[in-house]
Amino acid sequence: MTALANAPVPSAPPVQAPPEAGTPKRPGARGRSRAGRTMKAGWLAYAVLSVAVLVSAFPFYWTIVAASRSNADLAQVPPSLLPGPNLMSNFQAVMEEADIGLALLNSLIVSGSITVGTVLCCTLAGFAFAKLRFRGRGALLALTVGTMMIPPQLGVIPLFMVIAKLEWVNQLQSVILPGLVSAFGVFFMRQFLVQTLPDELIEAARVDGASSARIFWSIVVPIARPGMAVLGLLTFMAAWNDFFWPIVALSSQNPTVQVALRQLGGGYVQDQSVIMAGTLLGTLPVLLVFGLLGRQIVGGIMQGAVKG
Amino acid sequence: MSLLAPAEPAAPPGAARRQPRPPAARRLWRKATPYAYIAPFFTLFAAFGLFPLVYTAFVSLYRVELQTPGEMEWRGLGNYTAVFTDEFFWLSLRNTFTIGVLSTAPQLVMALGLAHLLNYRLRGRTFFRTAMLLPYATSVAAATLVFAQLFGRDFGLINYLIGVVGLGPVNWQTGTVASQIAVSTIVVWRWTGYNALIYLAGMQSIPQELYEAAEMDGASRWRQFVHVTLPGLRPTIVFTAVVSTIGATQLFGEPLLFEGSVSGGISHQYQTLGLYMYEQGWGFFHLGRAAAIAWVMFLLIVVVVGVNALVARRRIRKEAGR
Repeated sequence: MTALANAPVPSAPPVQAPPEAGTPKRPGARGRSRAGRTMKAGWLAYAVLSVAVLVSAFPFYWTIVAASRSNADLAQVPPSLLPGPNLMSNFQAVMEEADIGLALLNSLIVSGSITVGTVLCCTLAGFAFAKLRFRGRGALLALTVGTMMIPPQLGVIPLFMVIAKLEWVNQLQSVILPGLVSAFGVFFMRQFLVQTLPDELIEAARVDGASSARIFWSIVVPIARPGMAVLGLLTFMAAWNDFFWPIVALSSQNPTVQVALRQLGGGYVQDQSVIMAGTLLGTLPVLLVFGLLGRQIVGGIMQGAVKG
Repeated sequence: MSLLAPAEPAAPPGAARRQPRPPAARRLWRKATPYAYIAPFFTLFAAFGLFPLVYTAFVSLYRVELQTPGEMEWRGLGNYTAVFTDEFFWLSLRNTFTIGVLSTAPQLVMALGLAHLLNYRLRGRTFFRTAMLLPYATSVAAATLVFAQLFGRDFGLINYLIGVVGLGPVNWQTGTVASQIAVSTIVVWRWTGYNALIYLAGMQSIPQELYEAAEMDGASRWRQFVHVTLPGLRPTIVFTAVVSTIGATQLFGEPLLFEGSVSGGISHQYQTLGLYMYEQGWGFFHLGRAAAIAWVMFLLIVVVVGVNALVARRRIRKEAGR
């Protein structure tokens, strides 16, 4: 236990140290440094960045190309670089080979539940750690932060034994419940509320006789909302893309998208264009979220980096 | 752990001081509410986070088979002996290390360069940042399936391009170095943009005055990068290095789906520790042995993080001494 809690802690302080020690309480600093003081980019910078964008985006384009062609097309030399006419028939083939319809529905249920549950738990705990005083607060926070770096993958064997005993194998709750644990989320919400929620506000509400639950719903949640949104986005993407635990806990009879993709890539399906069609279907929902809210996700990751 | 508790004395809630002594029941309630707030998280955390991690060590001392996970038979250190005498354990340990270096080093260096460019005054900077984060939004499974196609031996686009340049096709599956490069490429593709954004955030929190001072001293852009940006980013670099290294020790989905086999290639040439653990547990049904591997991986992470922290601390101390 002590090893668990203590080992990674030394690495945690440097993470949050730079912004807090170097530039205390200058929320506007980032915005200002961008406005005019940094150097203007030359054509070389644009060229290199464009190449990076191309490399980032090309595999997506290639997925569309490969998913809309036939296996025979893909074996041609030189390969064709434009989309073909077979997209729909390949989608149909995926539906037959792996139950991708069910997989999409399951992934939606799993990721949605995990997102709602995680945001709620983490906001509650984050608020307590940020603004309430209680015995053992420091120790519990250290325990949470300390285990943040330990990959959950290391606990899969006992976890599997537990869900086997509960007869949860192949049922969605076996993926949802462990997915609700996010030490990062607690830390993220704590940092957010430390910075945005003034003590006086809670104090005033308390003097007015508001109950603890009332204070949480009418004061804390409205202020925490931007942080909750970012945490929700990051959680949803992570839950949708989670791989190890779902392939252990679920099977092709009741798959999430990632489990279905694993089945497609497992060597039973030889048709590359069908595999790519499945990949495309499984990636589209996250790409949709990313297309709509990419800006917020970028902001969230950069915020998370500065805050911890 | 217990040493930390007294450092945070349980002061009475602020409101209690103002009000003229609330009744005892209410005071007790007020003291209990904070625990109500953290209860949902810590219940789940204890059940699905802490317990499995700790219990892994316990399971690793027993014989547990996948088909009968309820039956445990004492084995002492037998699982560890079995693991340490298996040549494939040592091979996967070595592969984890080489793939880790092949994926982490280029990833972080490129991310640093891209972050530097993104930190210039740019037209369409939101576009560049978002586009660079696109791979991060893809799942391991999807990314690996696409790259497995691109790295195909006979009809893969990458071998085609190599052919256009005039070189012979590379067998990305069976060659040890080639397959490890291919697997590392997937990791690099997925994480470079993410790390670039982390570095960018770090760069933007470096006080602008430092650059102005350096400029007045006549430092070139390169020297500013080396003497202002890099030292300012050091904590961020340590952080990304730790996170990427931990990620590298856990690498699993990429080698599993590259060819779809749990052995990581016909001669285990790109099998990682994560995959080795999965093979033992869910390929050969030895859950106890898999738990022993998980525990070894955990110790590996402790060592990696410890070394990193030590290096970081020594550097900071050295700087403070100057």
